[in-house]
Amino acid sequence: MFGRRRFLEGTAGIGVTLTVGAATSGCGSSGGGASANEWVVGSYLSLTGEQSKFGEDTKRGIELAIEEINANPPKGKKIKVLFEDNKSKVEEATQKVQQLIDRDKVVAVLGEIASSISKPAAIICNQKKVPMITPSSTHPDVTKTGEYAFRVCFTDDFQGKAGADFCVKSLGKKKVGIMYAENDLYSQGLAAEFKKAVGPAGGEVVIEKKFTDTETNFTTYIKEVKDAGVEVIYCPIYYNQMTPLWRQAKAEGLTGDMFVGGDGWSGDDTLLKELEGGFFTDHYAPDVPWAAGKKFVEAFKKKFNQAPSSLAACGYDAAMVLADAIKRAKEDTPKGIRDAIAETKEYAGATGSITINKDRNADKAIVFVQIKGGTTAYKAAVGPGAEKLTEGAPPPTPETAKPDDSAAPAASGSAAPDASAAAAGSASAAPAASASAAPKP
Amino acid sequence: MLERLVGVIGTGLAQGSMIALVALGYSMVYGILKLINFAHSEVFMMSAFAGFFFISFLGAENAPIVAGVFGTLGAMALAALLGALVERVAYAPLRTRRGESRIAPLVTALGMSVLLTNLAQLLFTAKYRSYPQIIPIGRTRLIIVVTAVLTMIGLQVLVHRTWFGKSMRALSMNEDAARLMGVRTGRAISLTFMVGSALAALGAVLYCLDQSQAYPMMGATIGTRAFVAAVIGGIGSIPGAMLGGLFIGLLGELTKMTPYSSLQDVIIFIALVGVLLVKPSGLMGRVTIEKV
Repeated sequence: MFGRRRFLEGTAGIGVTLTVGAATSGCGSSGGGASANEWVVGSYLSLTGEQSKFGEDTKRGIELAIEEINANPPKGKKIKVLFEDNKSKVEEATQKVQQLIDRDKVVAVLGEIASSISKPAAIICNQKKVPMITPSSTHPDVTKTGEYAFRVCFTDDFQGKAGADFCVKSLGKKKVGIMYAENDLYSQGLAAEFKKAVGPAGGEVVIEKKFTDTETNFTTYIKEVKDAGVEVIYCPIYYNQMTPLWRQAKAEGLTGDMFVGGDGWSGDDTLLKELEGGFFTDHYAPDVPWAAGKKFVEAFKKKFNQAPSSLAACGYDAAMVLADAIKRAKEDTPKGIRDAIAETKEYAGATGSITINKDRNADKAIVFVQIKGGTTAYKAAVGPGAEKLTEGAPPPTPETAKPDDSAAPAASGSAAPDASAAAAGSASAAPAASASAAPKP
Repeated sequence: MLERLVGVIGTGLAQGSMIALVALGYSMVYGILKLINFAHSEVFMMSAFAGFFFISFLGAENAPIVAGVFGTLGAMALAALLGALVERVAYAPLRTRRGESRIAPLVTALGMSVLLTNLAQLLFTAKYRSYPQIIPIGRTRLIIVVTAVLTMIGLQVLVHRTWFGKSMRALSMNEDAARLMGVRTGRAISLTFMVGSALAALGAVLYCLDQSQAYPMMGATIGTRAFVAAVIGGIGSIPGAMLGGLFIGLLGELTKMTPYSSLQDVIIFIALVGVLLVKPSGLMGRVTIEKV
C-alpha cells in the first residue's frame, strides 16, 4: 500500500520544519533484554505522528498474532514483542532499531509501513545481521538493502502486472486503455508493468493517455479514451487525481466498473462514496474467501471489536511468518531465523499464501477489491497462488493447525461493513507528500 | 474528429476563463504598481479553502444553489480582505520608502507566497479537500464561461466608467502626478488588490467546483499558468489577461489531443517565449518608455 510513501523521502525536510513542537523525549526503555525462556522480538512503528493510524493498526495485528502464537509457543518459549514508537520519523526509527538490537538483543525486528522509514532501518538490520520483516512497505528498494530484509506484502512493480491479469483474465476485458501521470514514479512504474503484461495476458492496449500529477482537467482525455472503444481503463494514479477524473468521466457517461486502479486509490472517503463499482489493488479485504483470512477477521473482531484494516492483516502475517520461521530455525540465532524466513513456502497467512522468493519478497496473490456503497468488497485474487486460494483449498501449512473451513466460494460479493477502515486512515499521506513536492512558480 | 475538436474548444474555453480570472489579479496589480504579486496565487488557494468551508457549512446537499452562490460570495469577500491585508502588511510599508529598487517588493511578494502556503499547511493540513459536487460538470463549465465573460464586461465598466477606475488608470500612468491631482493613491491601491483577489476567489471556487479539490500547493499549479497568461496577454492590460487566459486554456486542451500531453506546461512556456520574441510587451501590452 505504501509505495506512495517514497515521496516522503524527498519531502522529509519540509515535514520536519512543519512539525513544530515535537519534543524528543528520551529513549523510552521497555526493559526486557534477551531472556533464556522467551524470544525477544523488536517492533518499531509509527505509533504517534502523522502516520499513527497505520502504526496502531499494524500493532494490533502483531498483538493478535503474538497472542495466538503464545498459546502454542515455538520450541516451548513464548515470544515477547518490544514495541518502539518512531514518531513517523526516519531518524527516530534508525535510533530505535539500534536500541532494540544493541540494548534489548532482539532476535528479529518487525516493522514499518512507510518504505522511506523501513529502508534505513533495514540497512541497520543488515549491518547488525538481525532479520527484519516489513509488513507493508511496498517499495522495491526496501528488501534490496541486503540478506536480512524481508517483506510479506507485494511490491509496487507487481501491482501493474496483477492489474493487467485482473483486467484481462478476471474481468474478461480485451480492449484496455491506460491513463497515468507520467512525471510520477509510482504511476509511471505501474503503467509500464501493466503495458508489458497486457499482451501476454491476451488483451490489447488500445489507447494510452499521460498527463502530469498536477492535472485536474481530464475531459479531453476521457473523450478520446471513450471514442477509442475501451472496455476497461487502468488508472494507476492517486485518489486526489482519481476523484476529478471520475467525476468528469461520469459526466461523459462512463461507468465505475470500467475503472481499475492501484492502491493509490485507497485513502479517500469521497472517492469511495462516488466511484461505485470501481476496482483497485489492496493487500487484503475483510471478506476474503480463504480460511486463514476468515479466521483472522473473526479473531480480530473478537479482540478489538472492529473489522481489521489491511495493515492489521499485514502486521499479523509478518508476526506469523516470523513465528513460523522461529519454529523451523535450525539454530536459535538471528542468523538461523533469517535462513528459516528465507525458506518460507506457501505459508497460509491472512492476506494469502506467502512464499518468500530469492529477492526476499513475498510471492503471493494480490487482492482486488470493488467499491460498493462507500466501502470495499473482495473481488478477486490475482497472482502466484491465487488459484489455490480461490479454489478454497488453502495450501497445507507446516505447523499452524487451523480448522479448515473447506470449500470457500470463489467470489463472495457481500459488502464488508467496515472495510474502509484502512483506506480512511491513509487519507493524508499521499497528498501531503506529493503536494509538498509540487513546483513553485 | 470535428465533434471532438468542438468539445476540446469548449473545455479549453472554460479552463481558459478560470485562468483568466486569476490572471487579472496579476495584471491589475502590475498595471498600477509594476509589482509582480507572487502572493496572488496563494490568495487563490486560500479562497479555494474558504469556498470549501463555506459551501460545506451552508449545506451542499440540501441547498446546492444557495450554498454555491453564497459560498462563492463569502470566499470572494474573504479573499478581498486577505488581498488588502497582504498589501497593507507586506507592500505598503516598502512603498513609502522611496529610492529603493523593485527587488525589495518582489522578494517580499515571494516571501508572502511561501508564508501563506505554509500557513495553509498548518491550518488545513496538506490533505486534499474534495469539493461537494453541487452542479453537473457540463453545466459548471457553462457557468464558468458565462461568469468570466460577465466579469470581464463588469471590470471594463469599472475601469473606464467609474471614479475608482479613473484613479486606477491615473495611478498606472504616474503615481506621483496622480497623487498631486488629488487621487487617494493608498485607497486606490488597496481597492485594486481587493478586486483582483475577489476575482481570484471567483476563479478558485469555480475551478474547484469543476475539478474537485482544494489543497495548499494548488496556488503553484494554477498561479504559474495564470501568470504566463498575464504575460502573454501583455501584463498590465485587462483585456490582455482575458485573451492570454483563453489562449493558454485552448493551447493546453489542444495539447491533450497529441501524444505530448504530459508536456503541456513545456508547450505553454514555449508559446510564452515565442510571443515575447515577436512582441516583447505581450499580445495587448503597450510599449512604455522606462524613465531612468
